[in-house]
Amino acid sequence: MDLSESKDFLVHTASLKEVRVFSREVFDKLKLNNDLKEELVLAIAEAAQNIVKHAYKGVENTTDHMQIKISLKENNLEIGFFDKGKPVVAENIQHRKLDDIKPGGLGTFFIKQIMDDAVFKKDEQQWVNHLVLSKKI
Amino acid sequence: MSYKITEEGNISTVFLNGEIDMDVTEKAKEVILPIVESGKEVHLNLKDVSYMDSSGISVLIESHQKALENNTKVVVKEVSKSVLKVIMMAKLEQILNLE
Repeated sequence: MDLSESKDFLVHTASLKEVRVFSREVFDKLKLNNDLKEELVLAIAEAAQNIVKHAYKGVENTTDHMQIKISLKENNLEIGFFDKGKPVVAENIQHRKLDDIKPGGLGTFFIKQIMDDAVFKKDEQQWVNHLVLSKKI
Repeated sequence: MSYKITEEGNISTVFLNGEIDMDVTEKAKEVILPIVESGKEVHLNLKDVSYMDSSGISVLIESHQKALENNTKVVVKEVSKSVLKVIMMAKLEQILNLE
């Protein structure tokens, strides 16, 4: 079953629950098993959290929205994240070393564990950042 | 997220409920850290936590480290399957006191 759905969310921590609800609804339509569904929901929520936490760092009460687009075509799942925050320098993104036990720095690690690929693209003029997570399912 | 706290001797048990994400981590820390800083042993019961992201994991790490600083401990109890999976993904099952 091929499918493509997108939704806009206010850039705010309170939107993270809505992001999970939207993601679960889409994955339910795709009839994914629960373990895979929850892993993907975690990856999506972490990427959305990174937009709120990093792309909009120091920006309070923004009215900007981020867009999340989930597409499945021939078993290739692609999840796009679009935002108008500070430009992300992909080379600067790194998770902390796992043996360096301290709070923070795990979100990107979770995304890399769950997804096959995570790439920032420069193809969307109307947005500043466009992250694409992909996974063969 | 909602919570309930019970006391028995020097042990405070914090029952967390719901989903723990970045939106509620400050609230979770406000509940847990003062008890840890008072020197009490804290049991975090996570049986009713259905979802936890990296922010929630950070709360567990911070609570654990704060407990070590205060010569006490945080025990993470009855972890739900979904949360255990995230703890294991972070390779923290040997670091946190899980029961």
